[in-house]
Amino acid sequence: MTKDKIRVLVAKPGLDGHDRGAKVVARALRDAGMEVIYTGIRQTPDMIVEAAIQEDADVVGLSILSGAHLELLPAVTEGLRKKGREDVLIIAGGIIPEDDIPSLKQIGVRAVFGPGTSTEDIISFIRKEVTAE
Amino acid sequence: MASKTKHEWREATLAPTLKRAAERQERFETSSGLEIEPVYTPEDLTDFDYARDLSYPGEYPFTRGVQANMYRGRVWTIRQYAGFGTAEETNQRYRYLLEQGQTGLSIAFDLPTQIGYDSDHPYARGEVGKVGVAIDSLRDMEILFQHIPLDKVSTSMTINATAPILLAMYIALGRKQGVEPAELNGTIQNDILKEYIARGTHIFPPRPSMRLTTDIFAYCAEQVPRWNTISISGYHIREAGSTAAQEIGFTLANGTAYVQAAIDAGLSVDTFAPRLSFFFNSHLNFFEEVAKFRAARRLWARIMRDKFGAKDPRSWMLRFHTQTAGCSLTAPQPHNNIVRTALEALAATLGGTQSLHTNSFDEAYAPPSEEAVTIAMRTQQILAHESGVADVVDPLGGSYFIEHLTGSLEKQAGEYIAKIESLGGAVAAIEHGYQQKEIQDSSYRYQKEIEGGKRTVVGVNKFVSPYPKIKGLLRVKPEVERRQKERTAQVRKERDSSKADKALNRLGDVARSADNTMPAFLECVEAYATLGEICDVLRRVFSTQKEFLVF
Repeated sequence: MTKDKIRVLVAKPGLDGHDRGAKVVARALRDAGMEVIYTGIRQTPDMIVEAAIQEDADVVGLSILSGAHLELLPAVTEGLRKKGREDVLIIAGGIIPEDDIPSLKQIGVRAVFGPGTSTEDIISFIRKEVTAE
Repeated sequence: MASKTKHEWREATLAPTLKRAAERQERFETSSGLEIEPVYTPEDLTDFDYARDLSYPGEYPFTRGVQANMYRGRVWTIRQYAGFGTAEETNQRYRYLLEQGQTGLSIAFDLPTQIGYDSDHPYARGEVGKVGVAIDSLRDMEILFQHIPLDKVSTSMTINATAPILLAMYIALGRKQGVEPAELNGTIQNDILKEYIARGTHIFPPRPSMRLTTDIFAYCAEQVPRWNTISISGYHIREAGSTAAQEIGFTLANGTAYVQAAIDAGLSVDTFAPRLSFFFNSHLNFFEEVAKFRAARRLWARIMRDKFGAKDPRSWMLRFHTQTAGCSLTAPQPHNNIVRTALEALAATLGGTQSLHTNSFDEAYAPPSEEAVTIAMRTQQILAHESGVADVVDPLGGSYFIEHLTGSLEKQAGEYIAKIESLGGAVAAIEHGYQQKEIQDSSYRYQKEIEGGKRTVVGVNKFVSPYPKIKGLLRVKPEVERRQKERTAQVRKERDSSKADKALNRLGDVARSADNTMPAFLECVEAYATLGEICDVLRRVFSTQKEFLVF
């Protein structure tokens, strides 16, 4: 069964209000023909997991610039796993030191896109990963 | 063959050149979309009037600067925004910065402190001490300022929704150190409107928030006369992706909303307006940025004198802090950021800033390391003491291009202000999503221009090369959260809890009345009520505000 459009939930975990990147990425994905739901700021990991399931998301994009990624992102990946949704592609972006990327990948974040990333790269990564599934 | 007009020159001299070789771009423009011509001449300043539009430094409309001799007396204040971890660690960084020649402090608070949660609240998980220092109670402030006498420093606090609480803590701390409120120098950001627009640390709905703001204006006018009661901020609007014209247009529109709110609350304009201050971004488009600062000064002076009828010249002056553009920092080839920051800092000083923060080159990765922050500070010291820019006032004044740009930006910004007025003022426009939508459109356009190669970012979309990983990034350890929670638990245990409860109850009563809330905040913090407890009381009285989201 294939869906017409790739469904992406773009979310802002934690208390961080920096939403420029999240909104730019969300809009670029929408312009690329994906169905995009943007949660807005100040989402707890539980709220994000809930929204991902409710929206039947293929992809969850997590934008975080506050430095709380090592605490909050595992709670999202773990939450989705607990609900039996480890099939959801999880990607992240924001201010994330390179040294933290291996541990994020270990918990199930498939890619981390730092400042300067082209939205084209994110679009093609998502297309490649989602259609391969 | 000397051309007599710009038109003649275009025909006789420029056209043959363009025929031989096209220019690098089809169109040159500023970030605000204004087309840049190849050259500017007196013909571009036909309705320019020196006395009306520039005048002398320290005189209305202050286009050339708010002081008569500017940096010849004292150079701008070097004020690096800093804070991380617990109060102990940040106190050490402050003392280091002061020893290195910094002249003012600037406190970065962590997100729970900004949004009104104690460090042990579930929403604070992972955020304690990350983007700034964690402050839960007066006890933390006492540690933060250990061995820093409050009558010897000026302190700027980036705090908005919880501004009255942090200001109350600072006043209480002063009293403990034996410093009277009237001797305190500093600034609280206290600009809630731009939080709804661009920064996202609001707690309460706009109207009760504006009331807290004007309570501070009224209280400080009487009790803390040297305090800058607000720093009306374009910085974050620009970081969120606005153009230069939007930055000053939206910021001055917010400024007029605060002035109107204070007048509506019964204050006379000249009692509070001299203590209003501003905060702008310095971005990469060099001449546009210099012109932006000059345009903002002129526009504000005209608004304050003509629209609000202020009589005190200090009410007409737009005094401002500047920070270089965080969003212009790149993760690839991070050392290039030192140069970007230096150029942005130069624009700010040529634009007549009163104080300046220069970003550190490693901030696309983490809060700055000590090495990176030292280079950032030395950048300012080189500008101030080696380059000669501090020796003369407004050296770009009179440049055909700069004066033309200054006029254009003033006009563009004035049009945004008129548009916001037509929507019912800044608050109504925010509720309507107007500013948010405008900013999102600009930021998306900017990103598309980078990706389309129309805009060059060195090391990102051009001149790409491998770069070494930066070492020594600052890391806030998880123990910080545990230690901070323990301290707050200790404070709750040791304080006189009946006194704290009584103060919190009184705050609730005052918040429901029309009385000034500041004395009640002061009583709460002196009883060691925590920031989270105080905000819980206000959340019950005022309710909370969700983001005004447009997507």
